[in-house]
Amino acid sequence: MTEPAPDLVAEALACRRGERLVFAGLSFRLSAGGALLLTGTNGSGKTSLLRVLATLIRPAEGRLIWGARPVEAEGAVYRAQLDFVGHQDGVKPGLTPREVLAFWVALRGIERSRVPRLVEAALAAFALDGVADWPCRWLSAGQRRRIALARLVAAPASMWLLDEPTSALDHENQSRLERAIAEHRASGGRVVVASHSPIDLGVVAATLTLDAFALPPDYAIAG
Amino acid sequence: MAAFLGLFRRDLSLALRQGGDTGLVLGFFVLAVILFPFGVGPEPEVLQRIGAGIIWVAALLAALLSLDRLFEADYRDGELDLLTLSNLPLELAVLAKCAAHWVATGLPLALTSPFLALLVDLDPGAIAILFVSLLVGTPALSLIGSVAAALSLGARRQGVVLSLLVLPLYIPPLIFGAGAVEASAVDGGARAYLLILCAISLAALAFCPWASAAALRQALE
Repeated sequence: MTEPAPDLVAEALACRRGERLVFAGLSFRLSAGGALLLTGTNGSGKTSLLRVLATLIRPAEGRLIWGARPVEAEGAVYRAQLDFVGHQDGVKPGLTPREVLAFWVALRGIERSRVPRLVEAALAAFALDGVADWPCRWLSAGQRRRIALARLVAAPASMWLLDEPTSALDHENQSRLERAIAEHRASGGRVVVASHSPIDLGVVAATLTLDAFALPPDYAIAG
Repeated sequence: MAAFLGLFRRDLSLALRQGGDTGLVLGFFVLAVILFPFGVGPEPEVLQRIGAGIIWVAALLAALLSLDRLFEADYRDGELDLLTLSNLPLELAVLAKCAAHWVATGLPLALTSPFLALLVDLDPGAIAILFVSLLVGTPALSLIGSVAAALSLGARRQGVVLSLLVLPLYIPPLIFGAGAVEASAVDGGARAYLLILCAISLAALAFCPWASAAALRQALE
């Protein structure tokens, strides 16, 4: 038996973009199987928080702890269990969906013999089979979004960070995403979703409204 | 290793498939060299004298032309975020991209150079040295260029900023590349120049991936 994955704990996180602190004093705990929904007005720092969690931005204050150690100390081990779907889809117009996914699976260090099967499963999960061999420049925004989401299924990692995952998705594909999230959580995975459109994350999802952590405009920061 | 090869193969197929990069670079290289006889006159003595320099300068500019594409597309479409989360350390990812860039641009430049050398009337010995000098010197162009490409990411008018950053750094390879051909008139004279050129490429190999990766992390913040 593998021991349960450690909790991710945020302690008094603050994030600075340029001259401005977008949020401060933000704390939460996310255990295996948990889900966190980030809401808030435009510019309240949903994307910034996700990028902090993905270690793309260093927090201006506070700590992010995974298990017993800060995530900076874990480095590659922490990042290897992340999947990140940002605003942009990361889809090259010159490649086909199959190639995009196969490349991503290879990048995750999965051995070559397993790649085709994982890619097929991911294409099927977001109903991309029909366009799998078209160049991505022919695809619609929604289809590209589905390729980005199919990455989650192709090379599963234990924590999904999703930034507005439902943008450009139709109703049917949003249910596919919700189903994928439910399965992921049932197998002990966790998910952090930033969204301002309603999305069904299941029963015990916690909601974090980022506007509550915003600072008054005249708030001065040290340093 | 699978991740490294995967990135290398993907970048290479992108560069070759769109036909864009390699074709454009070679087209620019050939045209730039062809322009010189029109400018300085067709006298063989003059061309022979400056031929190697012309070809090296044209190769530098051609390599520069494709540099802004090195990280730009990945930066714009968000794939650079994903690269930092992959199992591949960012330094190795930079190395894989530089390797693909070299195979798609530096190598074709070196392979085309003997034909252009005929145009400027270099003698066979000098042509061989020119070919070898470009072969061992162009990796340095891709590697040094990657640092400038990473530093200029997100800048307005990236192409111009990139040229200003990278052209001064291209002076050492240029001196020793063109110098090797000049020195080849003396028997065995080119050897020292070629070895220094190798040293520049190896030093770039040791240093540039780290510098580029640091600049990329900065660009993503």
